[in-house]
Amino acid sequence: MSPIHKLIWLIGGVVLLLVIASLIGRALRRQARDESAIAIIDNLNARVRAWWSMVAVFAAAFLLGQNATIVMFAFVSFFALREFLTLTPTRLADHRALSLAFLFAIPFQSWLIATDWYGLFAIFIPVYGFLLLPSLSALAGDTENFLERSAKIQWGVMIAIYCISHLPALLLLRIPGYDGQNALLMFYLILVVQMSDVLQYVFGKLFGKAKIAPVVSPSKTVEGFVGGGASACVLGAAMWWITPFTPLQAAGMASVIVIMGFLGGLVLSAVKRSLGAKDWGSMIPGHGGVMDRMDSASFAAPIFFHMTRYWFT
Amino acid sequence: MWLSTLLTVSVRALLGATPRWTGSQPTLDQRIYFANHTSHVDTVALWSALPPLLRTKTRPVAAADYWGADRVRRFVATRGLNALLIDRKRSDPDADPLAPLYEALGRGESLILFPEGTRQAQPLPGRFRTGLYHLAERFPEVELIPVYLENLHRSLPKGTLFPVPLICAVHFGVPLKRLGKEDKQAFLSRARNAVIGLAQ
Repeated sequence: MSPIHKLIWLIGGVVLLLVIASLIGRALRRQARDESAIAIIDNLNARVRAWWSMVAVFAAAFLLGQNATIVMFAFVSFFALREFLTLTPTRLADHRALSLAFLFAIPFQSWLIATDWYGLFAIFIPVYGFLLLPSLSALAGDTENFLERSAKIQWGVMIAIYCISHLPALLLLRIPGYDGQNALLMFYLILVVQMSDVLQYVFGKLFGKAKIAPVVSPSKTVEGFVGGGASACVLGAAMWWITPFTPLQAAGMASVIVIMGFLGGLVLSAVKRSLGAKDWGSMIPGHGGVMDRMDSASFAAPIFFHMTRYWFT
Repeated sequence: MWLSTLLTVSVRALLGATPRWTGSQPTLDQRIYFANHTSHVDTVALWSALPPLLRTKTRPVAAADYWGADRVRRFVATRGLNALLIDRKRSDPDADPLAPLYEALGRGESLILFPEGTRQAQPLPGRFRTGLYHLAERFPEVELIPVYLENLHRSLPKGTLFPVPLICAVHFGVPLKRLGKEDKQAFLSRARNAVIGLAQ
């Protein structure tokens, strides 16, 4: 089976999963009686409906090829950064740095991936961006909360542009014996990280008792993390045939993805709360903002990228 | 008009310009929307936050000395945004600069007005000029809707060239009460406080 055929089958599998989820959601809604249950199920159904749209966008980009995928992730970065900086207090003196982050850094990082320039891709934001963005703010001559403002802008740029760009960057890797199949590797990462989120949510709702960090993220429970995380690892191992990994290696990679994804959700929840918000935005009904959906992926992607690059290329 | 569509679609895509009808509802009643003014996108943002049907009946008020200064700006303002240009510099001392607004209100159109008359560097509005008072006096039946434009002062502040795409919201407040015989300054500061109240 050619990679593109595999991809079509995999997307078909995801669609089937969504059909089942939609049917379960409808059945639950019919049974629900008390108000709090109805609220939870309505939110669940809103989430499932949003998943249909997200899967449609991802599937279209994947099937249109490498450049379409890179452009789609540039838009994901754009929306994520917009949410991050909307919640971040900045001052007039930061205007140039912010304009540059949106209008230059996002397209340039995408261009580096599209032209296969790994060396600059890896350092453009952590080195050049790190040094030059605060320089622009300093040149504007405003010292009020300077370090906080610079640090927050850097955080937004690192998470929303740099970290997220490691998803499409998987297309750059040259893995012996795996030519032309990198889109499958990206699919694998997204599948495991998102299914880990979904399964942790499901296990948490069904069995969740002991909260892990109630102040940071009230919905994260030990039962949810263990049950959902373990299931996602099993899923990741079972999907070894679309990756360059053996089943055991796939299980190891999946557990790295699960753990990093969990930490990403936790850390970005803490960031969000320290900025005084409950959701990053309202773009994806039921989920919140783009950042609410990409938080785990933004932490899992760079580590998955570098582990694959170190051991398999 | 293709330019109107282009302007509203791009502002909504870039800045969201999400309408928040907290104090009033979008209706066909004749209205004057008055808002804080911090950026060149304000007019388009407020205009695109209105439902399309209301947009055709609502005319932004723009300064003739800026928006009528050259052909491009005049085209964008009058054709793209269906704006009314007023002479805020009073180049003809005998003419009433508000005359085009009286005419528009007489025709039953709604208006978008920035009573400060110019863009400010800070989000909360400064002193209101008297235009709003005269319009309100002459047209007592027109609803006065305070509007607060949130985050636009960060997106494209005065003196900058490129916008920063942040999520902006347009808050529509409770119609300003008519108190019959009210002193001009008292009315203007009440109107200003209505806008400030929406910022919290």
